[in-house]
Amino acid sequence: MEILVCARRVPDTSENEIALNSAGNDIERDELVFSINEADNYAVEEALQIVAKVGGKVTVVTVGGEDDEEVLRREMAMGANQGVLLSDEAFTGSDGRGIATILKAFVQKGNYDLILTGIQAEDGAAQVGGMLAAMLDYPFASLVNSIEILDGRKLKIGREIEGGNKEMNEIDLPCVLSIQTGINEPRYVGMRGVRAVATVPIPTYGAPELDLNAATVGAAAAKVRRVDYFVPQVGNGAEMLKGSREENIEKLVELMAAKGGVK
Amino acid sequence: MAQIFAYIVHRAGVPDDSAAELAAAARKIDAAASPTAIVTGCGPELDGVCSALRASYAEVWKFANDALTHPNAELIRKALVKILPPASILLLTHDHLGIDLSPGLSIKLNAAYLSDVLGIEGIEGAHLRVIRQEFGGQVSSHVRCDISSGAVITIRPGAFKPLESALLNGTVIEKSSEAGALTAGRRYLQMIAAEAGDVDITKHNVLVSIGRGIQERENVAVAEELADALGGAVSCSRPVVDAKWLEKSRQVGSSGKTVKPKLYLACGISGAFQHLAGIKGSPFIIAINKNPKAPIFQVADVGIVDDILEFLPQLTSKVREMQGVRPK
Repeated sequence: MEILVCARRVPDTSENEIALNSAGNDIERDELVFSINEADNYAVEEALQIVAKVGGKVTVVTVGGEDDEEVLRREMAMGANQGVLLSDEAFTGSDGRGIATILKAFVQKGNYDLILTGIQAEDGAAQVGGMLAAMLDYPFASLVNSIEILDGRKLKIGREIEGGNKEMNEIDLPCVLSIQTGINEPRYVGMRGVRAVATVPIPTYGAPELDLNAATVGAAAAKVRRVDYFVPQVGNGAEMLKGSREENIEKLVELMAAKGGVK
Repeated sequence: MAQIFAYIVHRAGVPDDSAAELAAAARKIDAAASPTAIVTGCGPELDGVCSALRASYAEVWKFANDALTHPNAELIRKALVKILPPASILLLTHDHLGIDLSPGLSIKLNAAYLSDVLGIEGIEGAHLRVIRQEFGGQVSSHVRCDISSGAVITIRPGAFKPLESALLNGTVIEKSSEAGALTAGRRYLQMIAAEAGDVDITKHNVLVSIGRGIQERENVAVAEELADALGGAVSCSRPVVDAKWLEKSRQVGSSGKTVKPKLYLACGISGAFQHLAGIKGSPFIIAINKNPKAPIFQVADVGIVDDILEFLPQLTSKVREMQGVRPK
């Protein structure tokens, strides 16, 4: 099975405290630690497990710049056969539709049976997979937390819905699935693995190579644009205990006793 | 002004609570709006849904089709593309169906897509200005969106308070014949109910809940010991289940359990809305997190900035000590 995984490099929220910059209009970008978007990493692992069962090839693609090669190499160190970078000045400022348009152009250059994305990235929009599927007229399922290969170019997939329940569906290939975190246990990638792929060439395609009309992507084509970031004041917030650890524990035990927590 | 529609989710013949929230969101876009509800499904159940919606919507568009016994985003999309007027604004709930349906629908309608919106500031010419959150709720953003060719907007559940409004006694309009036969590349098979698990966290008054801050499987014991001392149970947020450190049945949140404890200790939990959606009954929330900017501190009653791996064992010792001098 030929599988394409669409991935993205994002600020790692388990490594960074996301805060506003001093101007108060953007996040503080100095010293941000970046990594592959968590859900995308699950998608790559799922692709690798499918290929291990039924054969085939896994390609990881990202839309971005030179810095983003880092996540492609990481996923190649995991076992992906190829990483591809889609990069062009004209792509800058694309909204979700723009990203999906770029990916669609790349998909049409290949012959993929299955396209996976992570359910969402740091912006929480959960949009590119569904848009890409609609552009390609492929069936789509979101929040996928299990995949089983069936005969006759079909998959049996589970979707995670409210309350931990699971909605089972059958879906025709080719299709696009957006993968929920927790679907598998992504394998560990050591430094050795990353070094082993450090010099593998990564093909880069721009708008001309993708036969893409630059006017359909980028900032000018974007219907949706983020104006700024801010941190709202929600409610009164917590009463912060600011004593020493011992003082805080003392106070907390009192509070818990008052609330029926310590008997 | 574009016509505003609200796609209403329903279960067992009853509209979801979000029906009134979508109506409220529509009036944030345009105070004079009279949004039209759209419902899809089949059978007498659907008639019940339409009747219930007549109280809060002046018009209810009913689309019945036997293929929609179970909601199928691809089929619903095809129906909506047929029945929606050009440049409409369509509101949906940001739930598992909204996520499945809306992005592709926006493409087919050539409309803008705004996802998981939790505030609407209003129209500026051809643009709509809204508020979203990013980075798991650590920061919010203002987003400007060109709605001249319409918009598909998913609304965060609970973000818009239903408005008090007079009973409308709206009209139900039959739209079922407008889409023709519907087929999809994806077919519903069955529903598998969540597993019960070893501990029922919904029955506990005290929950020691852990998040990503627990860092490793081995550290879960630190929370277990505190929960034991407090006579409570250990629950968790999504990353802990994703990492397979605890069973799914321990997860609090929209895709996990809804709990109603009296005391909730959020330990190393950032406080994403999906997690908070699972905490009901206004418990006393104590948040302990290394990150002073963690969103959990906005909703907690008491907060402490500290490393849970050092803090919790000391807290457990103190609780044990108190219990020692104050026999049960």
